[in-house]
Amino acid sequence: MKTQKDVQLDTRLLDFIEEWKDKKGKEIMILHKVQEVYGFVPRAVAIEVSRMIDLPLAKIYGIITFYHIFKLKKPGKFKVSVCMGTACYLKGGNDLIAELESILGIGVNAVTEDGKFSIEIVRCVGCCGLAPVILVNGKTYGNLKKGDLPNILNEYREEPKN
Amino acid sequence: MIKQHVFVWDPTPSNSSAVYNYLVKKVNERDLGESIEVYRSTYIGLTSGTPIIRILPKNIIYTKFEQEDLGEIFESIVSDEVVDRFICEYDAKLAPVSERDKQSKQFKIVLRNVGYLDPESIEEYISRGGYKALEKAIFEMDPDRVIKEIKDSGLRGRGGGGFSTGLKWELTRKEPGAEKFVICNADEGDPGAYMDRAVLEGDPHTIVEGMAIGAYAVGCKEGFIYVRAEYPLAIERLEKAISDAKKYGLLGDNILGSEFSFNLELRWGAGAFVCGEETALMASIEGKRGNPKPRPPFPSQSGLWKKPSFINNVETWANIPPIVEKGSGWFSSIGVGRSKGTKVFAVTGKVKDPGLIEVPMGTTFREIVYDLCGGILDNKKFKAVQTGGPSGGVIPEKFIDMSVDYETLMSIGSMMGSGGLIVMDQSDCMVDVNKFYLQFSVDESCGKCAPCRIGGKQLLDLISKITDGKGDKKDIQKIKNISNAMQKASLCALGQTTPNPVLSAMHYFEEEYMEHISDKKCRTGKCSNLVQYMIIPEKCIGCTACALKCPVKCISGEKKKPHIIDQKFCIKCGECFNACKFNAIVRG
Ligand SMILES: Cc1cc2nc3c(=O)[nH]c(=O)nc-3n(C[C@H](O)[C@H](O)[C@H](O)COP(=O)(O)O)c2cc1C
Ligand code: FES
Repeated sequence: MKTQKDVQLDTRLLDFIEEWKDKKGKEIMILHKVQEVYGFVPRAVAIEVSRMIDLPLAKIYGIITFYHIFKLKKPGKFKVSVCMGTACYLKGGNDLIAELESILGIGVNAVTEDGKFSIEIVRCVGCCGLAPVILVNGKTYGNLKKGDLPNILNEYREEPKN
Repeated sequence: MIKQHVFVWDPTPSNSSAVYNYLVKKVNERDLGESIEVYRSTYIGLTSGTPIIRILPKNIIYTKFEQEDLGEIFESIVSDEVVDRFICEYDAKLAPVSERDKQSKQFKIVLRNVGYLDPESIEEYISRGGYKALEKAIFEMDPDRVIKEIKDSGLRGRGGGGFSTGLKWELTRKEPGAEKFVICNADEGDPGAYMDRAVLEGDPHTIVEGMAIGAYAVGCKEGFIYVRAEYPLAIERLEKAISDAKKYGLLGDNILGSEFSFNLELRWGAGAFVCGEETALMASIEGKRGNPKPRPPFPSQSGLWKKPSFINNVETWANIPPIVEKGSGWFSSIGVGRSKGTKVFAVTGKVKDPGLIEVPMGTTFREIVYDLCGGILDNKKFKAVQTGGPSGGVIPEKFIDMSVDYETLMSIGSMMGSGGLIVMDQSDCMVDVNKFYLQFSVDESCGKCAPCRIGGKQLLDLISKITDGKGDKKDIQKIKNISNAMQKASLCALGQTTPNPVLSAMHYFEEEYMEHISDKKCRTGKCSNLVQYMIIPEKCIGCTACALKCPVKCISGEKKKPHIIDQKFCIKCGECFNACKFNAIVRG
């Protein structure tokens, strides 16, 4: 039966599901793929995936809400992740968050109005030697002081990269 | 001329590393590919935040160069010369492979290949003796013999628990059933630790080989590596290692022409600390929420998809090939007491030279902090180290000469943990650090059992009360009661160990705790609700440095006259305190 919200899934996702359909332990891997393709897990896609791999929607939401990585909301174009692992905490990760919040005017897990930036907290990203660390769309900036943040953000404000 | 192998580590991602790109371009331009090979190196632990070039076979390490020096460095590689002024002083960390270097106090078993070979090349791993141990196991030893060897070596789990690896294998082997699973725990969740990452990124084949040996010994046809999704490079390299091993007949059906078949696959974690716990990890691989299960039944009886399963940590796996190759006698001669072999530590926090080190069990904290990591940052005073992360405890200065091994650490109220070692100096507040770890454990509790879910939150509230200056002497007893209940009644080790950091800090830093409670004072100034900044009029010369720095502009006064802080608006950031060059601002 077709639901009226039927969506056409991205082919990258369809191919992936095809490849993984009969493998053991596919559920989380498929959701990772959804997030890689869409940046978050849109409800319409979750419904489609639920149908395709015959896993109740409630189970899918059970997984998404349990694991920190899966997001239900679209993140900003540039995702600023502040490390709050132990090393970064001791070296002032908190200050970086406060400064980012004040520069961008949004709280943690929120997106700026223009959709450009979002702030999130991550656990140790494995560069403790460079603490405190932030990542912007996966690119690492280490040994930071509050004062370095405006310049880093400007890099992304000025020349929009993808 | 001998081929020169040039390894580049750059804090910026390797595909945008100017150093790497420059050297590769030069090699291609001059068509020197035959005599010089440039690799993207993994993080070798020698951190200075600047790029590192290391040239083998001479093992020359350059760190102190700028972009414009690269030309000179390149020419020196071509002519096989050394440029002294770029040489790194801290080569203590990079001891020769698998050899005890007296000077550096390191001993490399787990990290034997990390930084010394191209992790993406199976040929190189093989040329350094890789997969010999697997071959030896399959053709010269029967499974029981392999298990005996691992048991006799005294190897214990490096993921935190310290359970005998050989015994775990034996228990799983004895279970009936044709289908059994072997798992590698690469979910490295302890915040502030990255030992496993170094091995996964720097020497992925060691894990593949170790697991194949384990599968052979226990009788598994299938295995999984559960790896943190936050480690994309590790994932990429493991994928490549597995597919190359398959091509070489080292994984898959009839390995090396024998009867033994084994398939290995990756499954990704999704950012839940509790999934490092073995039963939760298995639930996660099965595609469920990562809730732990009560034991018994143990995973060796009913694990992944209810089949007998066993799981070891990355570092444990990396020890397997050398043990099989060199024998249990060799391994058990390293270390002290019931703690054999080496341990890798990620030393972070307030040390001059943070990084990864591998030392024999029994090395002291003093050797680690002062000899290997250059001592405390800014020559401040050592206060404590935390081992075992959010499940461990603090070790105060009086124990700095204690031997680092499983038993000693337990006896002083901490634990080996997975290898994160956080060094704290006098400016770190113990209560504040406890709050951090509690917040972590509360965020990461899966919520399944009440002692952990409710107890953790209550502990956090009590500690927050203390750091807010509202603590009461009775809170100490409450904390002890709740901790006791959590330790006894929580379902898994996450809840059972959540109170550990608090209990050990209350024990060793009782005075500091009581100061927070009775005097409403935080000696380090970290607990901002307990501090007040004041200007001493006699000392203030009115230079305005503090007023300029104050982010909320609550410091006022005329130039050259004593200034004053308006306490109503002060946010206690401490900027003025740091800015004053005349010691005119006091923290009280
Ligand atoms: C909350 C929690 C988190 C854990 N995290 C990890 C981890 O990140 N890596 C790991 O290897 N073991 C972790 N463990 C220990 C595992 O449960 C298990 O004991 C270990 O992987 C067994 O391997 P080993 O015997 O080689 O140490 C954790 C345990 C608990 C209770
Ligand atoms: S704590 Fe931030 S990178 Fe490890």
